[in-house]
Amino acid sequence: MKKLAVKDLNKFFDAISADQLLYMPLEKGGSVNYGIYSRGDKYDPTVLHTVKSVKDVFFPQCESMASFVTAGKKFEVAPIAPVDQSFTVFGVRACDVRGMEALDKVFLSDPVDSYYAARRAHGTVISVACSAPEETCFCTAFGIDPTNPGADIQAVIAGEDILFSANTEKGIALLDKVADLLSDTDDSAADDAKASIKEILNKLPLADIDLSAWGEGKTEELFDRPEWDELCKSCLGCGTCTYVCPTCQCYDIRDYKVGDKTTRYRCWDSCMYSDFTMAAHGTNRPDKKQRFRQRFMHKLVYFPDRYGMFSCVGCGRCVAKCPVSMNIVKVIKAMGGKNNG
Amino acid sequence: MQVEKQFKPKIVAFCCNWCSYAGADLAGSSRLSYPADVKIIRVPCSCRVNPLFILRAFERGADGVILCGCHPGDCHYSTGNYYTRRRMTMLFSMLDYLGVEKGRTRVEWVSAAEGVKFSTVMNNFVAKIYELGENVKLGDLRCKK
Amino acid sequence: MQEIEKTLRSRCAELINNGTCDKVIAWDRGEFFYDNSPATFACADCAQKLVYDCFCGANLSKYLIQYAKEGKTAVLLKPCDTYSFNQLLTEHRISRENIYVIGVGCDGMVDIDKIRAMGIKGITAVKEDGEDLVVSTLYGEKTVKKADCLLEKCVSCKSKKHYVFDELIPEADGEDVKENGRFDMVEKLEAMTAEERFEFWQEQLSKCIRCNACRNACPACTCRKCVFDNPHSGVASKANADSFEEKMFHIVRAFHVAGRCTDCGECSRVCPQNIPLHLLNRKFIKEINEFYGEYQAGETADQRGPLVNYTTEDAEPTAVSDRGDN
Repeated sequence: MKKLAVKDLNKFFDAISADQLLYMPLEKGGSVNYGIYSRGDKYDPTVLHTVKSVKDVFFPQCESMASFVTAGKKFEVAPIAPVDQSFTVFGVRACDVRGMEALDKVFLSDPVDSYYAARRAHGTVISVACSAPEETCFCTAFGIDPTNPGADIQAVIAGEDILFSANTEKGIALLDKVADLLSDTDDSAADDAKASIKEILNKLPLADIDLSAWGEGKTEELFDRPEWDELCKSCLGCGTCTYVCPTCQCYDIRDYKVGDKTTRYRCWDSCMYSDFTMAAHGTNRPDKKQRFRQRFMHKLVYFPDRYGMFSCVGCGRCVAKCPVSMNIVKVIKAMGGKNNG
Repeated sequence: MQVEKQFKPKIVAFCCNWCSYAGADLAGSSRLSYPADVKIIRVPCSCRVNPLFILRAFERGADGVILCGCHPGDCHYSTGNYYTRRRMTMLFSMLDYLGVEKGRTRVEWVSAAEGVKFSTVMNNFVAKIYELGENVKLGDLRCKK
Repeated sequence: MQEIEKTLRSRCAELINNGTCDKVIAWDRGEFFYDNSPATFACADCAQKLVYDCFCGANLSKYLIQYAKEGKTAVLLKPCDTYSFNQLLTEHRISRENIYVIGVGCDGMVDIDKIRAMGIKGITAVKEDGEDLVVSTLYGEKTVKKADCLLEKCVSCKSKKHYVFDELIPEADGEDVKENGRFDMVEKLEAMTAEERFEFWQEQLSKCIRCNACRNACPACTCRKCVFDNPHSGVASKANADSFEEKMFHIVRAFHVAGRCTDCGECSRVCPQNIPLHLLNRKFIKEINEFYGEYQAGETADQRGPLVNYTTEDAEPTAVSDRGDN
């Protein structure tokens, strides 16, 4: 285990960002999102969640894939190559690390998404244990341990120090690069910090949420439940929950054309939108109830059916951000479960 | 040898069918000149111009947008340009509020008999756009590359 | 507030029982004490669950478009929500005879994020005590001034008076708030140089994630098909593909409700990135007031909006472009 004083974090960031991009939670205009570190930027360890999750780094909200130029009868295609430079992401929380696992299942299984795969291959992720979970957190319900976030390197803040341990070869290589900033230490300080975080975890109101009504093979049981009619009523049909979600992975591909030049790009899409998966015959989810149901069934039933894991990670972003507070926790509880009274 | 790229503005002029477009015709048939940078889009009435048209013109690379219609009181549809006047006042005020240069948008009333005015207006507007230079604040960067 | 809540519960149950309405649109308790959701209550017993406290910021009037089509619906409207209701009536999006309006008194709604921003963690309950809020936390009690924790839309509240209602709870109605300072920030921005304003909006609007919450929550945004959802419009993009994209979206969003926006503040309340979107709407309101005379959308249900109106003496657009440069 390696040790660094929290006040020296900027030296650590400067050393890493000397020859590669470093993404981390940065404040801009009053909101914290992942951004590219430049000298002097401050990391605020008290911010638990970025608004957009780390998904935005590996699967950006918008990315160009190719451009086309037409000149008379000539037609030229210029594909835009995936990332080929190494980069580091700092400050990822345990829920977002699990969120990336869910994204991996989708994008790294056949057919592999080359843009995502390239970013995963070139990115080194440094996670940071949550020192002050909030009441909206329920990651523990999905078996996530926010004190052991995983990823290439995991860090925990213990008093004045931040303690790093590398989990993968990429992680070891990165810590070696900045070895002269770090000093060796044993695990005791980290263990103490983790123990005190665990005490808070037990107090979280949503920690014991019961997921037994959900999971693999529950489609028929849940699909036509009458509760959907009431639940969907307050939903505005905006895309906030899907865009702040660390695992929502749907996207749309569009062309932007000016004169003889076209840029083909992909951007996040939301199953809450009326034109989601619009086909020639129209849409197959014409009303709000169907769209609303789709999102939760996908996270809690279809995804487990297909990949054997929930694609909700309990980060609580949608719980905090939904304009009308109609969130996944209410939906989970509405469908029953012993502890969900 | 490095050739410095000369700024050639793209200017969109929305002209109403009944007055300003006819005014442009008259300018042409009177052999009055106005810069070729101006691309005219004919609309049935200045009131047809949705603010989105103007923003979209900027987005797709226009450096200036001018909207021409009948003089207030002379609208072919009686009152269309009165609505235009209010809308454009509001739109220009919003663009200014967002920090966009004021001169990039303009409204002028040009009648079918004012070929000379059309030519003068266009010459003045193009000169103003040359002065302001390339539109960066309102352009989509994808179309500049 | 607790008194009002009790009265509302029994009154709504009564209204359902005596057939005045068959459902009530009100607020329902969330997971925590601060996240009340809009909900419909269709039986007298259910109405006992409705909630009215200082966390009922959501404007319920827009739900009427969808849920007051059939039968008779009762709705709880705060003073600011009644403007939106009138505006919807003006535009024939709802019909007055299908709806029973219960005007509820309001002395400002609280923004939980503002309490958190004061460094208060682990909040378990918030209670109103006169001008103060008593905040219970895992680490003991704290008292804060309610005025410091209000939602942005309540900080510059323009009226405590209901502009439409069938009955009021409590019975005494409030007054308009004359000195509400709602244009202060707009004036501050106007006083900046164009470059500073550009920087300000660039920073704010570039946070936009195009979730459309501002549009979907807005009671004035009622188009059946939004131009930004129509792939044939040429502007539907779904994402901020470029720095201009978000500006165009927000200019058009604000423009489309100009003269119709009642300044209910929902757009800013719902924004997940906390973009001060109300400043765009207020700019239009301010300009309309200056150029075309004082106008408050939704004050009555039979006004003609300033942008669908004109006089032959209106100012020319040059009035804007010739204004002193800064």
